[in-house]
Amino acid sequence: MSVSLRGCILCMLTTIFTDNALAQNTDIEALRVEVAELRQDYESRIAELEQRLEMAERSSSAALGAAPAPGGRNTSANSAFNPAIGIIFQGQAWNYDNDPKNHIVQGFPFGGEAGPFDEGLATGEAEINISANVDDKFTAWLTVPVVIEDGEAGVEIEEAWIETTALPGGFSSRFGRFFSGIAYLNNKHAHSWDFADQPLPYQAFLGDQYLDDGVQLRWIAPTDLYIELGAEVFRGSRFPAAGAERSGYGSNSLFANIGGDFARDHSWLAGISHLKARSFERPSGANDAPILFSGNTDTTIAQFVWKWAPNGNWKQRNLVFQTGLFWNTDQGEYTLPGGPVLTTDNDQRGWYAQTVYQPFPRWRVGARVDGLSKDSIGNGFSDSVLAAPADDLRRYSLMADWSNSEFSRLRFQYTRDEAGPGNDNQWGLQYIFSIGAHGAHSF
Amino acid sequence: MLSRKIVTLSLILLLPMPAQAELDIFACEPEWAALAVEIGQDHVTTYSATTALQDPHYIQARPSLIAKVRNADIVICSGAQLEIGWLPVLLQKANNRSVMPGSSGYFEASSFVERRDATANVDRVQGDIHPLGNPHVQTDPHNITLIAAVLARRMAELDTANAQAYQIGLDDFSVRWDEAIINWEAKSAPLKGKRIITHHKSWVYLERWLELVEVANLEAIPGLPPAAGHLSGLVSRFENQGADFIVRSPYQSARASNWLSERTGISALELPLTVGGTDEATDLFSLFDHIIDRLLEASQ
Repeated sequence: MSVSLRGCILCMLTTIFTDNALAQNTDIEALRVEVAELRQDYESRIAELEQRLEMAERSSSAALGAAPAPGGRNTSANSAFNPAIGIIFQGQAWNYDNDPKNHIVQGFPFGGEAGPFDEGLATGEAEINISANVDDKFTAWLTVPVVIEDGEAGVEIEEAWIETTALPGGFSSRFGRFFSGIAYLNNKHAHSWDFADQPLPYQAFLGDQYLDDGVQLRWIAPTDLYIELGAEVFRGSRFPAAGAERSGYGSNSLFANIGGDFARDHSWLAGISHLKARSFERPSGANDAPILFSGNTDTTIAQFVWKWAPNGNWKQRNLVFQTGLFWNTDQGEYTLPGGPVLTTDNDQRGWYAQTVYQPFPRWRVGARVDGLSKDSIGNGFSDSVLAAPADDLRRYSLMADWSNSEFSRLRFQYTRDEAGPGNDNQWGLQYIFSIGAHGAHSF
Repeated sequence: MLSRKIVTLSLILLLPMPAQAELDIFACEPEWAALAVEIGQDHVTTYSATTALQDPHYIQARPSLIAKVRNADIVICSGAQLEIGWLPVLLQKANNRSVMPGSSGYFEASSFVERRDATANVDRVQGDIHPLGNPHVQTDPHNITLIAAVLARRMAELDTANAQAYQIGLDDFSVRWDEAIINWEAKSAPLKGKRIITHHKSWVYLERWLELVEVANLEAIPGLPPAAGHLSGLVSRFENQGADFIVRSPYQSARASNWLSERTGISALELPLTVGGTDEATDLFSLFDHIIDRLLEASQ
């Protein structure tokens, strides 16, 4: 009895143990089979996915970066080829001690779009951006600002350009109407500026931003160091050019940029560029009594941008420093209001430096100093707005902005303007909102 | 005699050199660089545009990245608009036609797996959401299996001379990977059903894989920093051990998760979202080892 009982217990124990071992073995076996099945399943799914992807890629007219979505329903509707559309709303309220209507910078009559904002509440413009790939070799971009001025809405074509996407050897070409690649801030859209207005040298020498009809060729060197070289020819119909000289090839430019990283936290971009603009009767200064210039304008710009973020983690904390130096020479004839025509070399210089710091997400603060100076231009100009100012001109600006998301921004800016007829305290509130597709921002 | 020797010597010198890195890979995130190395071994040189300590949604289109894209044979990114704030600029500026979308040098990893939470009805009221689905697909190793197979085929297509090597690399990786998955799944069994609060919706694939239950996010609206009101709401919801972990990625500020942890007693964890996120997560294998170890540790 006892023997058989012991035997039975033994027998039971062994059964339990072997069962356990067996169960483990079969478990592993089952898992193996499962893995094999999974793999087979994957292979067929991959094949299927690849096929779908290929189809999606073929039928996709999405703009750069848009993903071909597997499982996206095929549609024969024309709307499948709709371009990316984004709209940017900008507006501000500016307050001045001195009337901005009398604003003039002695020695530097502004042209183009440059100049102070209107006093009081004002909707700047609603900017409509439309872009899409044309086909496998071209992409297109259109910017149409709707400007509301004195209660009337006007539509203009700011940018309208085509760019190649498939040139070999690191080349690309852009043609149409576009912002020149010279000077760091020249081709930045106003909504991405760190201050509400452009630094003084951009206002004085480029009319805020040099925009014209032209063609650009750009090359990126096949090196680890970023090297970009570019050349442009423009019609020469906009400030600082005028009159579409040389049968409509009035200005040309060259630019070179280099850049890289320094450890994980730092990155930088340095550049030099030159614009040669030819003018026939280019107006500047007061609208009702402009000064006309005919001749050549040479502008050389050197710039440096440095960005810092701990670990390169931009979202949490970052700092951007940028500076630019401008040398500008107008060589030719000035026709002053009232008749006298004077020939001269007008040598001018401008500079700015600014820092913007984001201490934590959403908030940024910034400071900027900008200035202009020029050589004496000759006795004939002594009573005119072209005469060199007694002192070098300066402005000091502070700003703080808050962004609820990348698509909304509210900004306060204070500027102490010592470049105008009298020292002026200026402060403004600005809003920038963006709906729809919003393209990525460049460095 | 001597001249024959010279001929022989020069013939030897003219023989193909031992295989050098033949495929220049630009990865948007470290996990894809790591995967490319698993498959390509020394036939590839990889560069990752981001590190695990950087939020891949917010990267500056830096000059150095443009230079890297200019020289790349293939650009591998998560896709699903994760990199929409910077990759399009890199591609536009780099003037490298062989990596433009639509060409075989452009590879969007997440488009080869089933993306979660894709939605046709998007509104920015919902914050930084991705209409094409959640792009953080690398947190499920089964997704890696799928992507590895397609990627190996793509690499072979781009570098036909080493096609066989990539196939061998893939086979070798797959064997080790499948085995690792079995181990991870066995090991992580106790995690099933654990309730998890995440900073951002970065972990939905891991949650599905390990059968974790996501009960809340620290971000009330994806992409926007955690708001105080939302966080105090979470305190009252979870103060009685209503969740098991609070998880954040290394690039996210620890303040919100630590704050909630102090008030609820739920342990706050920093989990590597990708390779390099912690000292231990040096490759794809140790990444998942480490994620599971940390979760197990915290659940005891």
